[in-house]
Order: sequence, then C-alpha cells, then structure tokens
Amino acid sequence: MPEHDVLVIGGGLAGMRAGISAHKAGVDVAIISKVHPVRSHSNAAQGGINAALTIRGDDWTDHAFDTIKGSDYLADQNAVEVMCREAGGEIISLEHMGVIFNRDEEGRLGTRSFGGQRKARTFFVADITGQAILQVMYEQLLKSQVAVYEEWFVTSLIVDDGECNGIIALDIRNGQLHVIKAKAVILCGGGLGRVFEPSTNALIVTGDAMALAYQAGAPLMDMEMVQYHPTTLKGSGVLITEGARGEGAYLLNKNGDRFMEKYAPSMMELASRDVVSRSEQTEINEGMGIDGCVLLDCTHLDKKLITERLSQIHEIGIDFAGIDITKEPIPIKPGMHYIMGGIKTDIHGQTSVTGLYAAGECACVSVHGGNRLGANSLLDTIVFGKRSGESAAEHVLNKKLKTPHKKYLQQETERLKLLVNRQDSKDRVSAIRRDMGITMDEHLGVFRTTDGMNKGVSNLSKLQQRYTQVSIQDKGKIFNTDLIFALELGFMLESAETIVKSALHRKESRGAHYYLDHPNRDDTNWLKHVLITKTAEGPKLSTVPVVITDWQPEERKY
Amino acid sequence: MDTSLAIKRFDPEAENAKPYWQEFSLNLEQSATVLDALIMIREEIDGSLALRCSCRSAICGSCAMRVNGKAVLACKTRIENVSDNSRPISIEPAGIMPVIKDLVVDMDLFWNKVKEITPWLETEGVEPKEEYIASNESMVNLASVMNCIMCGACVSDCTVLEVDPAFIGPAALAKAYRFVGDPRDSKNKERLEVLDQYSGIWDCTRCMECVEVCPKDVAPMDRIMELREKAIQTGFNKTTGAKHAEAFTKIIEHSGSLDELKLPIKTFGILNMPLNMLPVGLRAAAKGKMPPVIHPSIPEVEKVKRIFDKFEEEEIENQEE
Repeated sequence: MPEHDVLVIGGGLAGMRAGISAHKAGVDVAIISKVHPVRSHSNAAQGGINAALTIRGDDWTDHAFDTIKGSDYLADQNAVEVMCREAGGEIISLEHMGVIFNRDEEGRLGTRSFGGQRKARTFFVADITGQAILQVMYEQLLKSQVAVYEEWFVTSLIVDDGECNGIIALDIRNGQLHVIKAKAVILCGGGLGRVFEPSTNALIVTGDAMALAYQAGAPLMDMEMVQYHPTTLKGSGVLITEGARGEGAYLLNKNGDRFMEKYAPSMMELASRDVVSRSEQTEINEGMGIDGCVLLDCTHLDKKLITERLSQIHEIGIDFAGIDITKEPIPIKPGMHYIMGGIKTDIHGQTSVTGLYAAGECACVSVHGGNRLGANSLLDTIVFGKRSGESAAEHVLNKKLKTPHKKYLQQETERLKLLVNRQDSKDRVSAIRRDMGITMDEHLGVFRTTDGMNKGVSNLSKLQQRYTQVSIQDKGKIFNTDLIFALELGFMLESAETIVKSALHRKESRGAHYYLDHPNRDDTNWLKHVLITKTAEGPKLSTVPVVITDWQPEERKY
Repeated sequence: MDTSLAIKRFDPEAENAKPYWQEFSLNLEQSATVLDALIMIREEIDGSLALRCSCRSAICGSCAMRVNGKAVLACKTRIENVSDNSRPISIEPAGIMPVIKDLVVDMDLFWNKVKEITPWLETEGVEPKEEYIASNESMVNLASVMNCIMCGACVSDCTVLEVDPAFIGPAALAKAYRFVGDPRDSKNKERLEVLDQYSGIWDCTRCMECVEVCPKDVAPMDRIMELREKAIQTGFNKTTGAKHAEAFTKIIEHSGSLDELKLPIKTFGILNMPLNMLPVGLRAAAKGKMPPVIHPSIPEVEKVKRIFDKFEEEEIENQEE
C-alpha cells in the first residue's frame, strides 16, 4: 500500500505549489492528479496575477481594499490581508523561478490594468500568464523530484473519527483501485465549471475536490457565489481575457454605444466582473444586444499591442469564432467562469476535518467573497497553495501513519463494480450532465429568482434519480473514461445541489448572487457566510459572520 | 453537414488485440471541430472511445492526434478544413509514442526527453531581493517558445525520431532554447555542451515537419537552428555537424557552389573519413556521378564574396551594438 506524509490531490498551480512547499519543509510528499500536471486548468488563466509592489509606490492595503470592495464585503478581511501582503514576495519568487513576465522599458516587471482596481498592478506574460506560470511550476516540481501519480482519479477520502488518513484512487491506465495512506491530504482539485453549460472551464473541471470534502463531512462555504465572466464566446463559452479590456477594448451594444457609461460611469468596462456581467445581461434582456450577445471591440487598439500582448485571444477569435479582432468587434456574453465558494478553510488551508487541507479554487478562505477580481485567482493558488503545503507539513511532523480498515477498499471496489455492470439503460451520463448544466445556467445564472431556483431544486432531484439508474458502455479496465465521466457526474450533481440550496438560503443580493426577490444587499442580516454540510438527514445550512478588520462595508460604486 | 470519419481503434483488452479502423457517419454543425465530432461519437454512439481532451481551446495540449496523417490538435481543427468528400477523414493516435487505447498514447517517452535537458532555470550567485533585470524583447522572444503547450504534435511527426529513438527531439530542444535564450540562466555553456553531443541539436535533418504541425507556432526547428548558432558562437565547433556547417559556408564563399568532394573531407578530415561513405562514393562513381576533382568557381563568384563580406560587416556592427 503506497504511503506518504502529505498527499496533494490536484496538479494545477495550487497543487504543485503546495507540493513544492511541503517538500521544502522536509516531508515526503506526492501529488495525485487525474491529468498530467501541465494539462491542468490553471493553464487557462490568461490575463495575469495581481500584486502590490511597495517599491513601485503601490500599497498592499490598496490591493486589499479593492479586493474587499470587489467581494461586496463578503471576503474575510484577515484572509485578504494575508493574500495581499504576501503577493509582492510571491511575484518576485515566481520571477526567480523563471516566469518570463513582460517587462517595462527599464527591464523591470511590467503591469497592466485589470477590472475593479484603481492601479495597474496585474503582472502578466502576454495573455498566457496561467500557462507560463504552470509550466514553470512544473519545472520546479521536476527539480524537486516530488512524486506524481499521473492520471489517477481519486474516488473518495478515508476519514476515521474526524481525521483524514488517506484516499482511494483509481489508476486510469490500468483500472486498479488503490488505497494511498497519508498523514495529511491537501485538496487542490480546482473549480466546478462543468456543472454549468456553457462554461469557460475545461472539461476536467468537475468539482471533484469540493464533492470529496463535502462527502467526508467538511462544510462548503458561499457556494451560491458563482462568477459569470463578462466576455465569453457564445455557444462554446470559450474565454476572452479581461486583459483585452485592461488594454483598452470597449463593450458596445447593438447601437454601438459604450453602455457601461450607464452602469459604472467611472470604471466603465473595468468595473468588477459581477457588475459588468449584469450590465451586459440587462442590455441583452432589454433588446439592446445582437443575437443574445454584446460586442467586444478591440479594433481601435494598436495592432502590435494585440499581436504582442493579446496574441492568444487573437488566435481564439479566428479559430473559434471566425473573427479577426483587429478588424471587427467580436460578439461575447456573460458565461460561467469561476466559483468563489468552496471548502471552508482557515488562512493555513486547514478544513474542519483534521489532516485535511484545501487550496485554490476548490477552497474558500475566503478571499473572494461575493465576487473575485480578475487576476486574484492565480494569486490565491500561489499564496494559499504554499501556506497549505507548509501547514500540512508541520501537522505531520509527529504523526504516525494509520492503516485504514480494509472495508473501505472493499466497499469502493464493490461500488465501482456495480456501476460498471449496471444493466443497460437508455439514459446516458452525457445527457444527465447536459440537462444539469442547462438547468444551472437557466436558474442559477446572472439573475436569480425563488421560482427559478425552486425549479432548479426539483430538476436536480430528478437528475439525481436518473443518475442512480444510468449505465455506462465501456466495461474495460484500461483507460475507461466512460467510468470516469460517470464518477465525475456524481460529484457534479452533489456540488450542484449545494449551489442551489445555498443560493436559496441567502435572501439578499450581494456580489455575483443577484436575487431578484431580494434585490438589495442586506448588511444587517447577511454580512455572513453561508455554510452547507452533508448530514445523514440531508444538506444542513448555517451561517458564520464575516471577519471585518479595517474596512467597514460601504455602498459599492464603480 | 454530413461527415464520415474513420477512426483507428485499439482495445488492449480484446482477444488478439490489434488496431482496426472503424467508420462513423455524423451530422455536424458547420463550425464543428474534429474534437466536437469525437465527443459526439463518445457521448451518443460509443462510450468506449478513448481520447484525451480538456480545454477545447488549444491551451491544455491534451488532444494531439493524427488527422489525415498529420499531427494536429483535434480541438483546433475544423472538420470543414480536413474533409474531402471522396473519403472519410482519417483519425489516428499520435505517432512515435506507444498507443494505450484508441487515441490515447503513452507520453512517458515525450516527458523523459524533456527531463533530459535539465528543464528548469539555473541562476547563479545570490538571488536579488527584487526581480532580475531583463529586456522586454528577450522575454517576448521567449514567450513565443513558452507558447509550447507540450502537446507532442511535433514529436509525433518528427522524421528523425522515427528512425532514431535517442534523438532528444523537437519539443525538448525548443524547451532547451527557452533556457539557453534566457538572460537569467547561468548554465548556457553547460547546456550547449550537452546539446552539442550525439542525439542533440546536430541530429535534426531540417525536414520542417515540426514547424508545419506545431499548433502554437513555436517552430521547434527554428529554435534548433538558433541553438546550433549559439553552440558555434560559444566555441562548440568540433562536432561533425558544426564542421559540416562551417565547411559548407567556406566552400560557397570560395567558389559560389558546393564542392561535394571537399565537403566530406573538410567535415571529417582526410584521415577520419567514415568507412561507410566509401560504398556511396563508389556507387556514385559507377553511375558517373563522381564530382570533379578540381571544382570550378561559378563565373560571378566575386558577387557571392561581396554578399559574405557585407554579412560579416553587419555581424560585427551588431556585436558592437
């Protein structure tokens, strides 16, 4: 039975950062990931990573304020302080690791503007920042010789007496199920974008980590806070970076008007994402869009700037929309992009379960509250990936490995066998997934209502029912992706339920949660986080207050 | 849009497992990609079809495979651009790497080559408190290599790897350039020394396949050529490859056309001529293709010399800048 001091689930930026920092702390660590680390979705972050460098005359407290205002005062301010204070040092250490950040004329790190921030403090590598950092982090991982279980799918966590002792995982290449013992497990499994259809997220982003934690009894927090990105392509939902607006692109309605004047007269296109997405959706709903979209116009930007700094979206426009952004505006609409909520952790990544940690998009520290600022997600993965790795390493120091009871492996083997051998159904995993995605997009999107969300609840329970009957076609052991998709769907349905239940619970509008039946922010009753915990009687909802340090809630205007 | 696809399937668990072709007919939207088609098959016709895919937007590098015999990213390839109504679109796993199942290949070979080139930045001395100072041009130049998403399309279609599995190959060499070309890296010389050896930069035959199939315009072969230049500039001019390049240039400068007799002698030295060249020479002689012993210059060789002089002047000027 393989064993490690620390086992990290997920090989994206948070996971690799956690693995490297735990390794540096001197413990035995391994990463387990359902895809090769460089295939992770951190790749898709285009625009950049925020940090206030004091030597530039920027101040981390300004970054903290922008983040807190962006969060609609739902972020825990102690956590935001940690992230923004450590950001500068992290940018420098990324640069030292080899990230090829764009430079200014003096050869120092250059910045660009991003939404919801009063200063240009977004460091970037063209529009491939996530990819460029992910590749370098993988280089560092190779250098540190941390072991990687590549293409292994984690099916469940082993928790005994409130303590996590390991995991059960399927080796996709040969279909073998294994127990891996660990003194601490760090969940870095990313978001759950595919719960929605369409989404900017990659097909692998199925909320596995959140569902694993939830099933193991750890509460999820603020799951109602789902970010719709203002600029995604219709149909496929492919992302067009906020960097485009950061470099000066306009948003236009069908009359060619910069409609953001009406909604955010001072920040215009660079207001926070929730505000821009709502404005776009309002224009579209009022008949000011074109075919369900508004336009992103880059045609007035310098062509050299586009080829040097926005080359990937130039390529995406041509490949996926047949449009050359240097020549004509590109139709875009708000699309599901990110979840601010996730597994509740403290500022060290510790969850409510002993020995279980989480970092990155699957975690909720919370630094993003009701709305994440662009370019704060990469920062979140680096800062809290590192911290969780360090605290997990400390936790395991005087701890002995426990051998999980063999019933766990037996039960899991049986469960998978039944799933593979289930009698042939007409229904398909892909059909259930599509219906779930459409329901979530329709009822949990930019604007929400009680009626709509109740419909969402009843649709989801029907889908849960269908899921218990659905069969898979591939009966083989080796690379059975059919089985993986079925397991992922189980995780997604679980996560979807936590989103809709949490959203119905929060009876106000804040950040990305715009509840038409309760259209105002209500600081008297709802300056708190919504927690959802799995119990034998079903999901249990509760709340905890938001941590306020220096910044009292104010009305949010851009 | 009615489309038919022929997919090369392989089920490793079947009895007498061997690859076979299977045809599928689909009705697709005009804008559909090869990946859309494969996902449609997987979701609606045969759930056992195995392939890797994730981002759908040419960023994650999962879906490299051969379409009509050429390596592509399935997500970036539109059906309408590869269909030819007379026959089905052929879809096969990527080349060079062993097939695990259907369109899924074992990429260990690919990653092991990347690991060979010490793929991390090696800086020297005490780290500065702030960032290293480097020009934006140097970083933008590297960004075009950092565009590489490690999809393996270039390795799949590399004609050298097909015959010499030891060749480091286009992806890993492009990655090596990323470090050699990085002003922050302190191990340039050591890196070039390794790359200069057998299976390294001089084993590329310049067939251009990698440049053609790379979905991210990394142009691996161009990076290999830049590495060769850097190697020679750094003083690694003893390899056959370096001597060949040097002899070639000198001969052209001197006579304006290639002296095929002198080239191998200059490259290897008269005493070190590889014996396996003898049969080639003899066969050429037998067919009357022996190059003349005295190689004449072309009539306007002076003009060629002037081009060389001009080029050298510019080189010197550039270095002074």
